[in-house]
Amino acid sequence: MTLPEASETRFPSARSDPAPLFAADGVTVRFGGLTALDDVSLAARPHEVHGVIGPNGAGKTTFFNVCCGFVRPDTGTLWWRGEPLPGLRPAQLAGMGIARTLQGLGLFAGLTVAENVMVGADRFRRTGFASALFALPRAGADERRLRERADAAMREVGVEDVAARHPGSLPYPVRKRVALARALAADPELLLLDEPASGLGAGEMAELGELVRGLTARMTVILVDHHMDLVMSVCDRITVLDFGRVVAEGAPAQVRDDPAVIDAYLGEEARHG
Amino acid sequence: MRAVLRRLVPRSLLLRNLLGVVAGLVVVVLVLETTSPFRNSQFATMSYYAIAAAGLTVLTGLNGQISLGHGALMAVGAYTTALLLQGGSVPFPLAMLAAAVVTALVGVVVGAAAARLHGPYLAGATLALAVGVPGLAIYFDGLLGGEQGLSVRSPRPPGWFADAHYFLTAGELGGAKYLAYIGWITLLVVVLLLANLMAGRYGRVWRAVRDDEVAAELAGMRLGGLRILAFVVSAACAGLAGAVLAMVVRLAAPSGFTIVLSLSLLTAVVVGGLGSIPGALLGSALLVFLPPAVTNLGTGAGLTGVQAAQLAPFVYGVVLVVVMLLAPGGVMGLLRRLWRRGINQGGST
Ligand SMILES: Nc1ncnc2c1ncn2[C@@H]1O[C@H](COP(=O)(O)OP(=O)(O)OP(=O)(O)O)[C@@H](O)[C@H]1O
Ligand SMILES: [Mg+2]
Repeated sequence: MTLPEASETRFPSARSDPAPLFAADGVTVRFGGLTALDDVSLAARPHEVHGVIGPNGAGKTTFFNVCCGFVRPDTGTLWWRGEPLPGLRPAQLAGMGIARTLQGLGLFAGLTVAENVMVGADRFRRTGFASALFALPRAGADERRLRERADAAMREVGVEDVAARHPGSLPYPVRKRVALARALAADPELLLLDEPASGLGAGEMAELGELVRGLTARMTVILVDHHMDLVMSVCDRITVLDFGRVVAEGAPAQVRDDPAVIDAYLGEEARHG
Repeated sequence: MRAVLRRLVPRSLLLRNLLGVVAGLVVVVLVLETTSPFRNSQFATMSYYAIAAAGLTVLTGLNGQISLGHGALMAVGAYTTALLLQGGSVPFPLAMLAAAVVTALVGVVVGAAAARLHGPYLAGATLALAVGVPGLAIYFDGLLGGEQGLSVRSPRPPGWFADAHYFLTAGELGGAKYLAYIGWITLLVVVLLLANLMAGRYGRVWRAVRDDEVAAELAGMRLGGLRILAFVVSAACAGLAGAVLAMVVRLAAPSGFTIVLSLSLLTAVVVGGLGSIPGALLGSALLVFLPPAVTNLGTGAGLTGVQAAQLAPFVYGVVLVVVMLLAPGGVMGLLRRLWRRGINQGGST
């Protein structure tokens, strides 16, 4: 595996340490007696891929749930473009340009692939209920606009051939791409990817890595995944969680050799026997 | 061949759906003009079942919300119509519109409660509605006429309509036929508007919310608002259906809106195929035409009148069970499967 020090030079803006697009500051989440996140801070800088790794149950998905408004943190603040984010509902955050893929697939089984992706593009609609009820021309124009956005997203991930199919009839890796296309159709500023590489073969994973790298031209990405090759080669910075706490943070090379990280993962191996 | 067909179909959704409705209107005229007054009144009955079922299939099929209370919503529409037509000064289309609006407002309240409930809780809450609302008519018997209900002045055909009818068909325009026309024209308008909604953004996001709440919310859907909207649309249809019912049976009384009505609507929608408007029409037709057909068969086979009458609900139950077992997608789902198989076997032709 090549060391990702190249990423520092590929993106010179990253070196000047710009203000983060999105940040979490001291986020703590408790579920009953369990502390799923404990004083977690993380800053995702514009046009970077920020990795979040950690063993199973470390709190990665819970962190995403906080970012998307599904879970209210007990303490801590989220920041968006240097402003504190008040506790917003998921739909409002989506409207601001935060998109996410789910750890499972979360595709709409009764919708075609194209319709699934059009739902992702829904925040760009301009007409309301009355136009749809009477099928006014502007509702039709709206639909065509959403379809164009969906087409672009499907092309980007290579699922345009299966646009008319239902997700249930497609192989798992293709469904993963559809889920990604749905998130991209929202043209997000911040994209949260929860284990996008699970279930993919080596070739597909390399393709995914390239795709994600390419996305940084338009957006900021926070990536959760268990595949270290992918994470290390794609991310500009990595935050390591263990039992809900940040145990390390830094450039991939730094993080990989951090004893605390090795501990966390060795601990996992020990836990799994 | 398919490409040629596709070129003949207009690109605009509204034109396409309007074309369908005009074709529907032609069929309606042909059928109503060639059948007996008795059949006319059966078609009038079918029209109000179908209006309500079309609204219900949007709610249950597209948005995944079950309602055992649509009979009660029809009651709201029927009583509104009865009250407004009492004085004789309100034209009936206005009364129908008012019935739709009032029922839609009730739908906002019920929908807001329903949006927070799932599965059995939603079924229970809407069941309570079905049981409770007819009781209101008895409680407010001064206004709503108690058990006897309110009799409804059915609209008489205006002169121009009777003239136009005579001009076109050279036939007599009976009261039953006029009411059947009112019912079916209302149904066609309802179907047009629902088809517009289903083919566009709302149909898509309603199904998305039904299939995966979390993913829908992540994509920016406001779950509560969309669920309430589906309920309101569905309630407005039920209100219109109630208005037509009141005019057709000339009565709005609690006995017309029992839980049986709500269940019948739900079975019609399930038998026809959830989420399909043609399915809702088919289910409603079955609801109206199957029981008398079965009764006739029964008496033909030598059963007494009472025995034959008891056969109808039994056969209806059997049809429901068979459809659920053999064709979970309803009749429309079955037709779609056969159609697809036909295409595949047809190969490249
Ligand atoms: N809604 C919830 N209620 C109670 N406990 C929860 C809830 N969500 C998560 N947890 C718990 O919080 C902890 C962190 O879970 P989380 O899903 O965030 O881990 P993760 O890092 O995403 O793990 P994985 O790699 O397996 O996906 C786990 O112990 C989990 O059981
Ligand atoms: Mg997880």
